Amino acid sequence: MIYASMSEWFGRVGNFGLTLLIVTVYGLLVGALIERIIAKVQGRVGIPYSQPFINIAKTFFKRTAVSHGIMFYLGPVFRIAGGIGTLAFIPVIYGSEMFSNFSMAGDLFLVIYFMFFGQLGMALGAGESGHPYSAIGIARGLSQMTAYEVPFALAVISIVIQYDTLSITEIVAAQQGGWQNWTVITNWVATLAAMLAFLGMTGYSPFDIFLAPQEIPIGPPTEFHSAYLSFLQINRALFGATKLVLFMNLFFGGATGWVELMIKTLLIYMVAIVVGVAFPRFRVDQGIRFFFKIPTLIGIMSIVYVQMVLA
Amino acid sequence: MSKDRSSKNTMENSGLSADEQLLFCNARPEPYKPYSIKAVEDFANWARANSLWILAFGTGCCSIELRPLMTARFDISRFGIAGRPTPRQSSVFIIGGYVSVKTLKRIIRSYEQMQGPKFIIALGSCPANGGMYFDSYNTINQFDLYLPVDMYVTGCMPRPEALLAAIMELKEDIKVGNCDGANRYVENLDWYKANQKKVIKNWDMPDYNW
Ligand code: SF4
Repeated sequence: MIYASMSEWFGRVGNFGLTLLIVTVYGLLVGALIERIIAKVQGRVGIPYSQPFINIAKTFFKRTAVSHGIMFYLGPVFRIAGGIGTLAFIPVIYGSEMFSNFSMAGDLFLVIYFMFFGQLGMALGAGESGHPYSAIGIARGLSQMTAYEVPFALAVISIVIQYDTLSITEIVAAQQGGWQNWTVITNWVATLAAMLAFLGMTGYSPFDIFLAPQEIPIGPPTEFHSAYLSFLQINRALFGATKLVLFMNLFFGGATGWVELMIKTLLIYMVAIVVGVAFPRFRVDQGIRFFFKIPTLIGIMSIVYVQMVLA
Repeated sequence: MSKDRSSKNTMENSGLSADEQLLFCNARPEPYKPYSIKAVEDFANWARANSLWILAFGTGCCSIELRPLMTARFDISRFGIAGRPTPRQSSVFIIGGYVSVKTLKRIIRSYEQMQGPKFIIALGSCPANGGMYFDSYNTINQFDLYLPVDMYVTGCMPRPEALLAAIMELKEDIKVGNCDGANRYVENLDWYKANQKKVIKNWDMPDYNW
């Protein structure tokens, strides 16, 4: 991308900062809302909406912190860099110069790369903490990630063939003009594969074995505390919301305003929540087998579908 | 933490063999000071009080009283209280009942791994004065000889409401900045350690578990 001047570049960075803030706050609020919904299912009241913010302030203001080495510091930094990097290349609001971030030709590749990046950084950081449960959590998390990336990648390849572009902005542009143009209608096979992968991505049950608070004290972040943990908490909200925005852009026609974005992403999130409260947890081998069977087959079918039916 | 062996400010770690000593940090903990700006400290205390994470570690029969608090009837999550499976991230340690000498060792290890400010609620008569185990050969009678306690709840066993009331009072105390158990522990570390070693005969861990 070529910028006319320094000031234009600064303007874009400022806009991105604003987007980052809105998406993070939105992610935290959605997190609280989901907690409250789950609490209602269980007959409880649930946390106040301000709770995620207070938790972050609390962990940030802890007075002591111990370190386990340089990678231990870098783990949360990589993680949040992965979250910010993912958001940086996703156009959040279609048709808005201000909120299209650094979207460009080929950004879809970059985004998928960044989604990996944070996880791997976190794996290195948690590995350095030396806690055996972290190592178990990482092994489970990474193997599950490898499994759900297969249907997701197949679905992405399918829509890349369908729209003949690697730019998220162009993919969103091609879906404008009514719901009948959304990928979920035009290429429902790919959407189905991606939504199954999405269940694994969000880490709710049945695919929450890598966090498993009761068995492997919440897995990879076991040793992270104080300010390290506050970074991870922020990233959890940011990254979660970013993934929702990406799915909305790729499969559900994007959004032309913040309200539309919030309604659509919330509905997409509800898919994972409904499945999560209804199903018990898979063991890691069951989870991996699940992804390699039906979702992967659907993913392959989606490519065949675009080639045979849509071509 | 540094493994600096030359400085004077270290723990002896005499319970460990020479090989093992190299594996553990031997720094001596230091008391922490409040933030110098009062508004920041007040805000931090408010946040700490409104987000209490309880370490999921039940030591005796009283800890069964924690479960009703989590479920629909009392639902402590609405007060910003949650269970946390790892000591690194939790800030409240509820000593749920009698403490056997064996458990005491684990409690010390977990407590020292928690990050300050950290608070202890002693639940039930047993940690206060031994309760009905007062003449048992393997439980300790007075818990605050071994770790600093911020709040006592007596009863055998106390009702969940009593525990809830104690947590609420703890919150008020934290808000005004009264709960400094972690600092008391560090300032009187030698006294606490001497007491702990008096009952724990097989001391095969570092003197302070970082
Ligand atoms: S106080 Fe009573 S209920 Fe609680 S641990 Fe002691 S004996 Fe058990």
